[in-house]
Amino acid sequence: MTAIQTAPANPLAHGRLHRRTPWMVLGLSFAVAAGVLSLLAAAGTIGSLNLIAVAVLGTVFYIVSIGVLSSQVEGRRQATDRIVTAVVTTAFVLAVIPLVSLVFTVVANGLARFDVQFFTFSMRNVVGEGGGAVHAITGTLLMTGTAAIISIPIGLLTAIYLVEYGRGPLARAITFFVDVMTGIPSIVAGLFAFALFALFFGPGVRMGFAGAVALSVLMIPVVVRSCEEMLRIVPNELREASFALGVPKWLTVLKVVLPTSIAGITTGIMLAIARVIGETAPLLIVAGFTASMNTNLFADRMQSLPVFVFTSYANQGVDFQADLDRAWAGALTLILIVMVLNLAARLIARFFAPKFGR
Amino acid sequence: MSKRIEVNDLNVYYGKFKAVEDVTLTIEPRSVTAFIGPSGCGKSTFIRTLNRMHEVIPGAYVEGEVLVDGNNLYGPGVDPVLVRRQVGMVFQRPNPFPTMSIRDNVLAGVTLNNRRISKSDADDLVEKSLQGANLWNEVKDRLDRPGSGLSGGQQQRLCIARAIAVEPEVILMDEPCSALDPISTLAIEDLIEELKQDYTIVIVTHNMQQASRVSDKTAFFNIAGTGMPGKLIEYDDTSVIFSNPSVKATEDYVSGKFG
Repeated sequence: MTAIQTAPANPLAHGRLHRRTPWMVLGLSFAVAAGVLSLLAAAGTIGSLNLIAVAVLGTVFYIVSIGVLSSQVEGRRQATDRIVTAVVTTAFVLAVIPLVSLVFTVVANGLARFDVQFFTFSMRNVVGEGGGAVHAITGTLLMTGTAAIISIPIGLLTAIYLVEYGRGPLARAITFFVDVMTGIPSIVAGLFAFALFALFFGPGVRMGFAGAVALSVLMIPVVVRSCEEMLRIVPNELREASFALGVPKWLTVLKVVLPTSIAGITTGIMLAIARVIGETAPLLIVAGFTASMNTNLFADRMQSLPVFVFTSYANQGVDFQADLDRAWAGALTLILIVMVLNLAARLIARFFAPKFGR
Repeated sequence: MSKRIEVNDLNVYYGKFKAVEDVTLTIEPRSVTAFIGPSGCGKSTFIRTLNRMHEVIPGAYVEGEVLVDGNNLYGPGVDPVLVRRQVGMVFQRPNPFPTMSIRDNVLAGVTLNNRRISKSDADDLVEKSLQGANLWNEVKDRLDRPGSGLSGGQQQRLCIARAIAVEPEVILMDEPCSALDPISTLAIEDLIEELKQDYTIVIVTHNMQQASRVSDKTAFFNIAGTGMPGKLIEYDDTSVIFSNPSVKATEDYVSGKFG
């Protein structure tokens, strides 16, 4: 019998790293990495201290040291957890860096010409400074709007056919070709529209409507896919409940299935619009580029924002800075339009979503 | 209201698989008929053939005939939509329409069919149906709230109100209480007792006490083994099935020796 008895260890408990320990290890890893690299730089082994090298080396140090530390204190499962957390976070940061950099660059460069004149002037008779993109904004909205008017009914009805009615080889074929269409390069869609309209109007035709047709070739498969997903997640019980009330199938689809999934469908359509609004190649071919305002979809060239950005950059004048500034402002406007569309999609989804509450 | 159902030599298929074989029985008007039997024996499949809900599943079909007051549901030219207006159905899981209020859920059979109805008629129909389903007092102050906000038992009674609002002749209930607690179950059973005055009711249940409490006649279905079709083993007055069944398998099942 010993005099001192230790309390029996709880078999369910094990050591835990303090909540702040990982952060301290992280700071220490980066400090060590910076120290090692600056020593190497001082010794002349490498050129100069490089921040990217510090970040890479620091991350590697952190992953190794938190793994070793955690496996000593907490055991193997927790160590694996910490290492995987570190790897996943690294991947996330890597993915976010280009996005943040892009937004920052566009905002920084675009603000120079993001003024009233930019939104009230076209480029007609503008040489050098001044001018604006109102013709391009109008063209983009007109062509994307027309593309949406063409694509949404076709895409939505196709999705309804596939989910509610389609059985057998025809449905399988449609699904297959929708998948193929998703992969069409946008330049091919532009060439298709150009060839199609050249058949009717002769070679060299340029019009906004042809651009809209090219965009809808790209947009239809996206609309079909997203609407199909949304319709499929409507529970079958709701369809059966409706059938059991003696409601015909078409009314069930129209009044039960669509209202239940309308939020998701709207979001999908908005995202499809956001996807095609930035297309450059097909519009460059079939809608051409112009410095003038054109609101007629069925005649003459029509400018669009992505093409405006491209031509401003590609065909710089003597005062090249003015063209570059306009290009950046055009890119910023395009990003803002897409952002507004996405926000609208969110709001609409929230507004239409089935309500739960007592 | 309420009609006699006669089923003659009914075989039910899912594609090539025969799920239910050779069912022949007669369901009397203004009565409650319970289908009991182990899982997978084809009770639910069979009840869905009584209002042509079975064929909603791709590849599913039926051989034989189901007569409702002498009219064959599976005769040539029969419109399943008209059949379902005569034979309503309540499902295992409460399924109110999530986009609709309580009131709209009750009126769903009218509004979904694009029929016009005046506001006062609609109000009367909502009150009558909800009272019929014993739900009026609980929801009369919040008819405009979403139906999905009710408790499970209330949702199921809402579904029953929705079914009786289209004034069918027959109400089919596929395990209506299996997702509910005993109190809600009791409420539904009381309701079935009342509905029996006006409707022909068919109920599938796993709960043998429930079958013995609510039904006038009971049909026992069984299955010989996995992959074999389910069969109607015995069909008789509930009191006979539960006290003195003529088939050994029925006795074993109701006394809890298997299943």
